[in-house]
Amino acid sequence: MQTLWFILVGFMITMYVVLDGFDLGAGVIHLFAAKNDVERRLILRAIGPVWDGNEVWIIAAAGTLFFSFPLLYASSLSGFYLPLIMVLWLLMLRGISIELRSRLDNPVWLAFWDGLFFLGSALLAIFYGAAMANVIRGVPLDSNHYFFEALWTDFNPFSSNPGILDWYTILIGLLALTTLTAHGATYIAVKTTGELNARSRLIARWFWLATIVFAASGTIASFAVQPQISASFFSRPWGFIFPIIALGGFIAMGYFNFKQLDLPSFFASCTFISGMLASAAFGLFPLVLPDIKSTYSLTIQNASGSQYGQTVGLVWWILGMILAIVYFIFTYRLFWGKISVADTKEGY
Amino acid sequence: MDTSTLFSRSQFAFTISFHYLFPQFTMGLALLLLILKSLYLWRKNEIYNSSARFWAKILAISFIMGVVTGIPLEFQFGTNWARFSAYAGDIIAQTVAMEGAFAFFLESAFLGIFLFGEQAFGQKMHWFSSLMVWLGTWASGGFIIASNAWMQHPVGYTVASDGRLHISNYWAVLFNSWIIPQYMHTMSGAVITGSFVMAGLGAYYLLAKQHIDYAQLFVKMGIIVGLIASLFQLYPSGDLEGLQVTTYQPIKLAAMEALFKTEKGAGIVIIGQPNVAQGRLDNPIIVPNVLSFLTYRRWTAKVKGLYAFPANQWPDSIELLYYSYHIMVGLGTFFIAIMALACFLLWRRKLFQFRWMQWILLLAMPFPFIANTAGWFTTELGRQPWIVFGLLHTAQGSSATVSAGNVLFTLIGFAGMYLLLGLFYIVLIVYEALQGPVEQMTKEEPPEAEGLADQLA
Repeated sequence: MQTLWFILVGFMITMYVVLDGFDLGAGVIHLFAAKNDVERRLILRAIGPVWDGNEVWIIAAAGTLFFSFPLLYASSLSGFYLPLIMVLWLLMLRGISIELRSRLDNPVWLAFWDGLFFLGSALLAIFYGAAMANVIRGVPLDSNHYFFEALWTDFNPFSSNPGILDWYTILIGLLALTTLTAHGATYIAVKTTGELNARSRLIARWFWLATIVFAASGTIASFAVQPQISASFFSRPWGFIFPIIALGGFIAMGYFNFKQLDLPSFFASCTFISGMLASAAFGLFPLVLPDIKSTYSLTIQNASGSQYGQTVGLVWWILGMILAIVYFIFTYRLFWGKISVADTKEGY
Repeated sequence: MDTSTLFSRSQFAFTISFHYLFPQFTMGLALLLLILKSLYLWRKNEIYNSSARFWAKILAISFIMGVVTGIPLEFQFGTNWARFSAYAGDIIAQTVAMEGAFAFFLESAFLGIFLFGEQAFGQKMHWFSSLMVWLGTWASGGFIIASNAWMQHPVGYTVASDGRLHISNYWAVLFNSWIIPQYMHTMSGAVITGSFVMAGLGAYYLLAKQHIDYAQLFVKMGIIVGLIASLFQLYPSGDLEGLQVTTYQPIKLAAMEALFKTEKGAGIVIIGQPNVAQGRLDNPIIVPNVLSFLTYRRWTAKVKGLYAFPANQWPDSIELLYYSYHIMVGLGTFFIAIMALACFLLWRRKLFQFRWMQWILLLAMPFPFIANTAGWFTTELGRQPWIVFGLLHTAQGSSATVSAGNVLFTLIGFAGMYLLLGLFYIVLIVYEALQGPVEQMTKEEPPEAEGLADQLA
């Protein structure tokens, strides 16, 4: 049951990264991809009806994590106090910059929100990567399984008093930035036509190339920083399927990008991201938050909620997910296809 | 209580009070929008639809403010109240997570369709999306109330060997007897806010002699729905809330009324300043025996005062609790009076001639927000010193590893951020309100060009 919830929470986080990832990426590229206000509105319209729903995945994932592994929720959120609250601020600023931008037709107003939308999106992508890296690297847990991490200390991932930011977590932060930018650019290419489409595809290509560098160095660094990962993969070699899926998705993404097949390239990018996250989760399992001294690590057992709670939770969770997926298919079908300038008249 | 916990309390109180300004309005407005869309489908009068379109714009801005200010609340359980989360997460997180799974997905999906899809998907789909938005927002309220109700009145748990709580009866938690009165009271409070804003803006247009047709519709709808909701707020929902507080939280009741000594035939306080150190009420105006009747249905029933309980179980800010409660009840009484008077004038066909009544409706607009906030202050301050009533003290629920300096840092950050958000919100709402519900989309698609949903239907 605990393993099952590990997988389900992992599934929800993956859904969040894949879905909100493309609107974060759209936020990163919109300053460069769009050359005028009409194109900006097209990008906003492409994510407008869905970004809020995408973001719900993190809320739902957090809630699910909260009841399935209460101690993990308590320990990690209080330990990552500062960066987490900053992420919340960024999420707020970014959300309102999407929605408030088009309410006034004033050039200064528009430029202000455009800048904020870019900044919020880019910083969120980096923070998410760094957060992931902190979980992989481990934190200084005390005997009650709590900790508190400063934003930075000596920038050394092998330090006995590590900070949120060190060279390893920054590296993974940049990997998240390039990955999600390429992902978002590909999504915008799917949803647009003409010059905007071509430009987005080109941006996706550049960030895809940059991702090669960060993914390769990030993977090597992860194995170095967290010995549990190699232990997991070599004791359960079938897990190599996840990095292979990631690699396949990554290669397919680039291939379809060069072939100008945007939709397959987007799905390949989804596969790449899912494969990467699954690899990381597989590498850590059964740890959910490693202790840097490996003494007080939180695992799926000691962080878990009650057996009964997880069992009844499963019943409504399945029901809720079926409904959520139905809404998502419904919404994405309704708003399927390329965005035209006429669409921007209703909102944005 | 240590400084870190105190700052965490301030931060939670501040962020949730600011947040709740928006949902109380959007939950109320969602119902009014559903009524407008239904009237449009029923009567086919364009005014209902263009009104709905106008209020949808107001809803969209308010809704997004509610969404973004709501995100920090769920996370603050973990960031600031880690020991509480670890202690009670097995139970409280069930309803918190269900809100995400059952309400947020619904709201976000159908709000997108409601705001973007009228032309593309046709009127039936648009009506359906307004129904789903209403359902989603009200379901969301339900799950939050269920979570709060459990903190007020914990049920369905066992204490595990490590001292943490485990859920033992899911249905007991989901159908906690505390939920129904609190839910009814909260939701009709939200409808009061929505209808006062609608009536108030209509009154403004009447006074400014603009958009007269719309103005009359807004005022009419606002006061009729507002009167029903204000009455419902008093009875049965307020009455039921009072009864359950009397039964399960007698200390809260005594503190709300600043009743220090146990009395037979206790009176209800209209005005007065509690003097906690001296244990009395200064300058009191009291209607005798009413409190006994309201709480125990007997004029001479005995109501326990604060001195009947050990002082370490008293709420820690009795003065604020007392004022919150009296502001809520006082304003609630005014709401009934205002709405009843307005409806009476409407019935006598005088409402649109009496400018003083329109002034009252306009100026009354902010007060439901205050009353709703004061109501939450009452229920939450009255639960102190407990975070989970009777089980866990607030001081034992905060995050032990987060220092006071870090909490104050984020509290200041939230204050700055919310000042900014509030200013933007006011600018935009004033802008939309001044634009008015005029037909902006003149080049509308002919009604034959209906969308997917109508073809399916």
